[in-house]
Amino acid sequence: METLVEFFTFEYPNIKYVVFGTILLSISSAVVGCFTFIKKKSLVGDVVSHAVLPGICISFLASGSKDPFLLIIGAFISGWISIVVMDAIIRNTKIKEDAATGLALSVFFGVGILLMTYIQHSGNASQSGLDTFLFGKAAALVGVDLLAFSIIAVIVLIVVFLFYKEFKLVSFDPQFAKVIGLPIRRLEIVLTSITVLAVVTGIQAVGVVLMAAMLITPAAAARFWTNRLSRMLVIASFFGAFAGISGAFISYSTPSMPTGPWMVMILSIIALFSFFFAPGKGIVVNQWRRFKIQRQLLEENLLKAFFKIGEGNNDYFKEIEANDLRLARAFSSGQLNKGLRKLNANGYVERVGSAWRLSKEGHDKGKRITRLHRLWELYLTKYLRIAPDHVHEDADTIEHVITPELESRLEQLLDYPTADPHQSTIPSRH
Amino acid sequence: MIQQVENPALEIHDLTVSYDKKPVLWGVDLTIPKGALCGIIGPNGAGKSTLIKSIMDLIPLNSGYVKLFDQELDDVRKKISYVPQRESVDWDFPASVLDVVLMGRYAQLGLFKRPRKADRDAALSALEMVGMDKYAKRQIAQLSGGQQQRVFLARALTQNADIYFLDEPFAGVDAATEKAIIQILKNLSSEGKTIVVVHHDLQSVETYFNWVILLNLRLVASGPTSDVFTPQLLEETYGGKLTLLSEVGELVKKGGFHAREKQ
Ligand SMILES: Nc1ncnc2c1ncn2[C@@H]1O[C@H](COP(=O)(O)OP(=O)(O)O)[C@@H](O)[C@H]1O
Ligand SMILES: [Mg+2]
Repeated sequence: METLVEFFTFEYPNIKYVVFGTILLSISSAVVGCFTFIKKKSLVGDVVSHAVLPGICISFLASGSKDPFLLIIGAFISGWISIVVMDAIIRNTKIKEDAATGLALSVFFGVGILLMTYIQHSGNASQSGLDTFLFGKAAALVGVDLLAFSIIAVIVLIVVFLFYKEFKLVSFDPQFAKVIGLPIRRLEIVLTSITVLAVVTGIQAVGVVLMAAMLITPAAAARFWTNRLSRMLVIASFFGAFAGISGAFISYSTPSMPTGPWMVMILSIIALFSFFFAPGKGIVVNQWRRFKIQRQLLEENLLKAFFKIGEGNNDYFKEIEANDLRLARAFSSGQLNKGLRKLNANGYVERVGSAWRLSKEGHDKGKRITRLHRLWELYLTKYLRIAPDHVHEDADTIEHVITPELESRLEQLLDYPTADPHQSTIPSRH
Repeated sequence: MIQQVENPALEIHDLTVSYDKKPVLWGVDLTIPKGALCGIIGPNGAGKSTLIKSIMDLIPLNSGYVKLFDQELDDVRKKISYVPQRESVDWDFPASVLDVVLMGRYAQLGLFKRPRKADRDAALSALEMVGMDKYAKRQIAQLSGGQQQRVFLARALTQNADIYFLDEPFAGVDAATEKAIIQILKNLSSEGKTIVVVHHDLQSVETYFNWVILLNLRLVASGPTSDVFTPQLLEETYGGKLTLLSEVGELVKKGGFHAREKQ
């Protein structure tokens, strides 16, 4: 707790910088990553993040300094070259996109590692720290580095803000964009450039290997929560920022813990959580909804069975043995047990010794379901000309979904009928 | 039977197009009058989409040129509307129906500017025209094929163009949608707009179009429906005589030379 307070009150200015930096980097990669993701170019992020390494090394070798701006320029150029090479391979050879991606990635990364090894063995005094690019080191985000990377992150965000509408159209329907006269080549160049820039800066925090995750994971997670691009950008930024803060905090409270990997770890947890629990798309949420529908169907079918047996007995409130409900419909004993218990708990049936009896409310509900079932059967035979012996199954599902409004319209359409196609009485509404 | 007209809405001159060095359109030369409701008819792989795309400058030409209202495409973009094949985009894209329709206004808006109220109004009234106004907020993945096609048409309508190009707008749509779309196209045509539609179904050609282009790798015919839509010309378009042309196309590709030298 104490650490938490210490951390968030920014007692040490260094923390402030690190947190600020990681948040900015995370947000800019998350925002750019959304476009990479919806354009289905997720692998490009991977290629670029590996391909910046040779650029960083060459830039260092050429200048002999670790000036962040020079390194960024080198990274930017080699990142761009990797994309151009990849596109050229796809366009001019028979090599498919996935293979071209793998090819570009491994060749560039290989050269990068080679150069890195050379630099490390050359005994250059100022080389120490260059390998932060390989594995990332958010805690090193101070001074001029922080300034450089923050400026770039802000530029990336401003560009997305300015070109939001164009990027959206180019991502969705590039042909239409071209026909209406958008400069799509230039827009693509801008989009690619900010992707490379976001990668170059993000690498500072999480390193080459995990950078692709920083780019794509927030977008993939955000997609589960919304169907709108604008909201997706906001949610992804939020996820990115949250991961940034958490990563910084974890490594602050436990100094042996690295910031970058924890950021990616937290993003992965968010993505997994979204995958399971996001409304509408999450697996657990869908399962839960299905489960609730199943339970509703069971309960309504049981009440219908009670009602039908009562109809035959001319007494709806006579006790009925659980097993006798099976005469009306094939329930498994598990279903009977579970369903009756639930109905009892909800006050629709009550227990009388070993048997069960409908309550007033249970009777009304069973009556309504039966009524809807028969109305729908009648509708099917009358309006869709389906044979009476074929309508039962359809009605069995529809009876559970008809709303009171539809019920009224159905009644009106059928001219307030009293008998279904099998000549059973359609119970009145009241 | 290729009928040329004076003062055309669309002029295609000696157009040859290749994919991957394999020519798929050979020396197409035609004109379409203003206000025509024109169907492009031909078998699968005849190059119908390719023709539209080359008019829209979406693929490079080997030879020839295209003029719209006697001008270069770049000078008349604002008067042109293009409805691509429905399958050409990913409908899982995170956008609502209204978002997509608003895209038709982007050209008018220009760079940097956000859609304004007036653009929303235009988008909503286009949606109303195609009977989709109730779906404005719907995510596009939740639409049926016919509804997606209506959305694409609505996007085109917001452009207030003078000439419309539609690629297979009736493919995989329900009968009601087909009827609604053709009615809208006929209305546009009666307002003097020129409409060019890639079409598949021979049954409806005569009732839908007043101008027909028959295409199969080359131009078979272009002219008023009554002159062009004849059994003889259809036989020529759909008959087997053209296998020779596509075989030569393969040879050209293998040989690695261009069907025509670039001019
Ligand atoms: N992007 C492409 N690359 C290579 N070949 C293509 C491409 N698009 C179309 N083709 C080929 O060009 C020919 C014409 O295609 P298309 O214009 O789509 O025909 P249609 O629209 O009449 O069915 C076909 O043989 C098709 O295989
Ligand atoms: Mg086609």
